[in-house]
Amino acid sequence: MTGIAFLIPIALGLGLLGLVAFFWSLKSGQFEDLDGAGMRILIDDDDAGPKA
Amino acid sequence: MTLTTARPHDMQNHPETLFSVPGMHCAGCIAKIERGLAETPGIDSARVNFTAKRVTISHEDRLTVPDLVAAIGQLGFEAQPVIDPAALVSGEESKALLKALAVAGFAAMNIMLLSVSVWSGAEGGTRDLFHWLSAMIALPTIAYSGRTFFRSAWAALRHGRTNMDVPISIGVILTGALSLFETIVHGPHAYFDGAVMLLFFLLGGRYLDSVMRDRAREGVAALLKHTAPGALILDRDGRSHWVDAKDLARGMTMLVAAGERLAADGVITKGETRFDLSLLTGESAPVALGVGETVHAGTLNLLAPVEVRVTAIGADTAIADIARMMEEAGQSKSRYVRIADRAARLYAPAVHTLAALSFAGWMIAGAGWHEALLIAVAVLIITCPCALGLAVPAAQIVAAGALMKKGVLVKDGSALERLAEVDVALFDKTGTLTLGRPEPTNIDALRGEDAGLALALARASRHPLSQSLRRALETRGATAASVDAIGELPGFGVQGLWGGHAVSLGRPANSDATAAMAVEFRGTSAPVLLTFEDRLRPDAAAVISGLQAEGIASAIISGDRAAAVAPVARHLGLTAQTAMHPEDKLAAIARQTATGHKVLMIGDGLNDGPALAAGHASLAPASASDAGQNAADAVFMGDSLLPVLTSVRVARATQRIVRQNFILAIGYNAVAVPLAIAGMVTPLIAAAAMSGSSLIVVANALRLKGAAR
Repeated sequence: MTGIAFLIPIALGLGLLGLVAFFWSLKSGQFEDLDGAGMRILIDDDDAGPKA
Repeated sequence: MTLTTARPHDMQNHPETLFSVPGMHCAGCIAKIERGLAETPGIDSARVNFTAKRVTISHEDRLTVPDLVAAIGQLGFEAQPVIDPAALVSGEESKALLKALAVAGFAAMNIMLLSVSVWSGAEGGTRDLFHWLSAMIALPTIAYSGRTFFRSAWAALRHGRTNMDVPISIGVILTGALSLFETIVHGPHAYFDGAVMLLFFLLGGRYLDSVMRDRAREGVAALLKHTAPGALILDRDGRSHWVDAKDLARGMTMLVAAGERLAADGVITKGETRFDLSLLTGESAPVALGVGETVHAGTLNLLAPVEVRVTAIGADTAIADIARMMEEAGQSKSRYVRIADRAARLYAPAVHTLAALSFAGWMIAGAGWHEALLIAVAVLIITCPCALGLAVPAAQIVAAGALMKKGVLVKDGSALERLAEVDVALFDKTGTLTLGRPEPTNIDALRGEDAGLALALARASRHPLSQSLRRALETRGATAASVDAIGELPGFGVQGLWGGHAVSLGRPANSDATAAMAVEFRGTSAPVLLTFEDRLRPDAAAVISGLQAEGIASAIISGDRAAAVAPVARHLGLTAQTAMHPEDKLAAIARQTATGHKVLMIGDGLNDGPALAAGHASLAPASASDAGQNAADAVFMGDSLLPVLTSVRVARATQRIVRQNFILAIGYNAVAVPLAIAGMVTPLIAAAAMSGSSLIVVANALRLKGAAR
């Protein structure tokens, strides 16, 4: 039974962590331009292009 | 991370302008635009949103909209200034719903884990512990995620009405409260999982509904062109500078080049030209106007540059009058009650009576108040319109997605519902049944080198007839001949020299009534008269007969002259009313509505705006004026008229699916409610029934995916 005392908080904590991460990504605008985000990794930026 | 150049902070407050750049299609385009623009003097930074095909440019004040368009043009992209969609579409509602959905999802998963342990036989202290944990997760979740429903239910109750949110709110609150009580008294059954799962499913439906509205509105916002974002103003000392439309003042003198739209009402003070008034009046033929005559904002100068003294701006313009008329006409639409709320009017009293009756019944049968209340709550949970809440939005978003692939942007779910109910279709002519732009009819008359010569001349002019001729010649693969000394002669046309020969493209020598829609080409041989006409949209006839087959009668209401409408009406076999002002169109719709018909209005011009707002449902082509697109329930892309028929068909298919979904949901209740009243519904059964019925409803809605085919 002592296992539960550890496992439940860990399970809830991990779930909460995911929730917080989702809120953060939503707030920082990571869902604003889904197609563009996929494209941007293909841009060669060795000429140090502007990052807006 | 790559190196970024640090920018001083005083540059941060520069204006930002949004442009729609439909031509970008790859990662290279993003890089090219962002880097190219950042290197342009005066521009701080540019940020591409690829999904929306938009660029946000932060720039110094001295750069005007045309400067920025030119800067993007130099990079090889066509750009149009657009209004910030954030001003029209606040994505806030969707975002708040998504957050609530995420919280409900997190809570539902964790409570379900705990509940499964309880169902599989946890007892005594362990069960109590799990119930308490569930309560600690569920109660804050209900408070946070349930706000949308509580607020809407409260608003409805306060006005003495009821909607879908009333039974939802009562169900969720009662369930939460009773489960808390059960937990405190060490009872065996807590329904926290049911309450939270209910919120999760319902929020899913709400979120879909809201996303659909945002997506379509954003699509329309991207199409919104600044009718005229400003004008070139002539100073007293003879110099000119650009002034934004909102900063124009009475008494200023605007320089309006050929091919430009007016930004304000005014009187011509210098020059003589033809104006295209079709946006305002629906009349297709250009009108000749000279010094002293009044011109209106939004109309297009076709021929020669003129100077116009501004007499009315902003709210005083003729456009603003029409906008006011539109606002009044649109109020009938806001009174429309959506199908889910109509269902709720019957549903809410029914389930509340049922719950109350089962409570009373069990009390009479001798059960304790605790057991009776538990059964009453079980009835409420089982009947909580989980499937009903998903039935409508799930079907509508799938249908809207299918329509979007066909180039129809539906603004919201209620538009689909109204579209399915129409039984009369009224079409505008210019720009709706027809393309709204002149097309050459006898281009074959240009033989041999004449085609190349005409192309060279046509390229030099912004006159709509020249532009149309250029497009037609280019599609036929003509290559421009090298013509020297090309010049545009105001009031006549274009002329030039080809190997010593004078060649010209311009107003026919013997002007008659058709002169406005014809040009004369004088090349090396005899002069050729090229005529133009505003062609019917492709598939127009098929759409009319298709609508007929759906039981929808069509007619034309046009602001154009009878002589111009007659050929179109005859060709399509439709009755037509002509020379109608915006208020006449409103009256025509009011007459139809009074006799019990539901009118589908299809129009594009500013003059159709009030009619579009007044129609039971309305459609506008993407080439329509801003006002038309704003007023319409849906906007369709491309030249073909077929989307009109497709939209009606899909809307009706959606309505069928929605009805099926309602029947499914009611069928599920018919099975589950007797079990609940009999007191046989445990939290396990409630959870299984709820998710089962929701999945069935969503799966049924997915069948609409191919509906637009």
